[in-house]
Amino acid sequence: MTSLGARELPIEPESSPVHLQIRPSHGWARIDLGELWRYRELIYFLTVRDITVRYKQTILGALWAIIQPLLTMIVFSLFFGRLAGVSSDGAPYPLFSFTALVPWTFFANSITAGSNSLVQSANLLKKVYFPRLALPLSAILGVLVDFVLAFGVLLLIMIGYGVPITLQALWVIPLSILALVAALGVSLWLAAMNVQYRDVRYAVPFLTQLWMFLTPVAYPSSLIENETLRSLYAINPMVGVIEGFRWALLDTGTAPGPMILVSTVVALLILLGGLFYFRRMEDSFADVV
Amino acid sequence: MIDTREEVSGWCHPMTTTAIKAAGLGKRYRIGVSRASNKTLRESIVDAATFPVRHLRALSSSTRRATRLDSSHIWALRDLAFEIPHGQVVGVIGRNGAGKSTLLKILARITQPTAGMVDIYGRIGALLEVGTGFHSELTGRENIYLNGAILGMTRKEIQRKFDEIVAFSEIEEFIDTPVKHYSSGMSLRLGFAVAAHLEPEILIIDEVLAVGDAAFQQKCIGKMSDVSEQGRTVLFVSHNMAAVRGLCSRALWIDKGALVQDGAVDDVVDTYMRQTLATLGDGQTKLSDRVDRKGAGPVRFTTFATRLVGGQKEDPLRVGEDAQIILGYESENEQSIGEMIVFVHLIDSFGNGITMLSNHLEGTRFSRLPPKGEITCTIPRLPLLPGEYIVNLTCRMGQTLSDKVSEAAMMRVVEGDYFGTGRQLASKQAVILLDHKWTS
Repeated sequence: MTSLGARELPIEPESSPVHLQIRPSHGWARIDLGELWRYRELIYFLTVRDITVRYKQTILGALWAIIQPLLTMIVFSLFFGRLAGVSSDGAPYPLFSFTALVPWTFFANSITAGSNSLVQSANLLKKVYFPRLALPLSAILGVLVDFVLAFGVLLLIMIGYGVPITLQALWVIPLSILALVAALGVSLWLAAMNVQYRDVRYAVPFLTQLWMFLTPVAYPSSLIENETLRSLYAINPMVGVIEGFRWALLDTGTAPGPMILVSTVVALLILLGGLFYFRRMEDSFADVV
Repeated sequence: MIDTREEVSGWCHPMTTTAIKAAGLGKRYRIGVSRASNKTLRESIVDAATFPVRHLRALSSSTRRATRLDSSHIWALRDLAFEIPHGQVVGVIGRNGAGKSTLLKILARITQPTAGMVDIYGRIGALLEVGTGFHSELTGRENIYLNGAILGMTRKEIQRKFDEIVAFSEIEEFIDTPVKHYSSGMSLRLGFAVAAHLEPEILIIDEVLAVGDAAFQQKCIGKMSDVSEQGRTVLFVSHNMAAVRGLCSRALWIDKGALVQDGAVDDVVDTYMRQTLATLGDGQTKLSDRVDRKGAGPVRFTTFATRLVGGQKEDPLRVGEDAQIILGYESENEQSIGEMIVFVHLIDSFGNGITMLSNHLEGTRFSRLPPKGEITCTIPRLPLLPGEYIVNLTCRMGQTLSDKVSEAAMMRVVEGDYFGTGRQLASKQAVILLDHKWTS
């Protein structure tokens, strides 16, 4: 017969004095990045899952990461480069467009994967607790692997065209982080909205397509001659990223400093807003999804 | 119970401190929230055009939206208060839809309470499902790591316990096979194996024991008793009264979102069983009107009746006489039904499972049935003792659960002459009767 009351058995001595408080949510909650860091292994495993699963049962496998920007480059080179004769700031047009397509494909695929990440893992949301940010974050980190592969191909094409790879190319690293920040920011907004409004799923392909034409992927931003207007154009954060990529790798024009600055500020604002919006919606994900 | 009110603010010796303390806990849902929530942007825009302010609030917080009073709400949980000291194993019982799952989800931090507060002292782990996050394309090995990480285990911890987990799951040979090639039993075993190796200080478990074959269930119950003997705090939500009695020292009975009784497990389970039998016995709620059911359809149970062979419906069954159970069913669509599998689970008034009747076990296939009708199960020389039995009904269509009603009906068995000698066996001495012969 069992008796009521605490069983007189010691629990592990190393038991940590963790105190967890569960309260109804009020207003704007605090963003707990420390917790996200504690869950870094989960983010790692979710990323590995995304990468492993993505190309399972495909013949070409990871080649898909390269085919997408490569084919787009060919089409662009034919229609914009040859037929329309779009300026490419003095660089060979295929290289000019591929340099933009690599970060652009990363951005577009990231927001597609990121915006669907919560809805796709609805069952996880309903059955277990973890910082919900882990889902869009790992979705984007999974796409980052494709980006690295595509970047390798970009370097090969550069060598093929005899373009020298200089120290200036190192700028690609902070610029890639800028692309990641922008992609994460946009994904957080879209992912949280997608939980409530499934319209997002249908809007995202359209959005990325539209966004590409608003970004100097197929054409140079030097089409806008006025310096101030060009900086304003960089309110689209991918403008700064792509012009930065071209400058760092192909040495087209002068350093696009003001543009990158504007893009960075906007990307950070989108991310910050996204974090707060996501955090605010987070508490109801499990009830709504 | 220990009064730990003064100790709540500080961390004292774990033996005497509170593990979980809930006060005024409530959760309100909007009725039909799942249908209304995924509204399209168009609907929202229409909303926005008419009530801009409301729309802004809707966009910024769905919980806010739920507090609007123009739609109907239900309190899934209301004003719940309890305190659980470290090292106690507590069962949470109640009917389906009583609020048990909501309580679990709040404690597991999956959903937020609408009112009240919970304080949890110590690392907490929650198991609401076996194999959460399993991906069918990944191998067993990859899924162990993924599932472990989802449940909050570190990579080192998983590495350390990996061999043990694989051994427990009994699927060594298939560990590098994608889970999509596993049988459902195999993935369940793998899922439970990972879960069983979770070692938080406070463990919250939802009826995960209600899966797998009997031998594996036994293994799981064994593992759970190990856990509770290690002095960890466990909150165990279950319908299986025998398991609750076996594992827990204390029970919380929740009904209609409120705490009905909190006390020693035997007292609470006894009262719960008495009340359940009384409710089922008065015949107020018809089986077809029950909403506390699970399953995707299309077939649902509509009636339950018993009779003696050749007797009248509603007659009580008699020990030792041929008995019949008649189940009425109805399908949502007009087509005739094929391959229906029915389970009738009999539970005695102490909450112990007595036996299971099923056309699947017995070998009858209902390959063609009209969309609405009755099926009958005949039990020759009923070998049950007099008393009241609770009946759980389950209907499957192939692999999918069509309908499941726990505590669907009460079945009364009155005294009879099983052995043909006029001699009786008292209920306290046995749970079933066995036909037997003596020789010398």
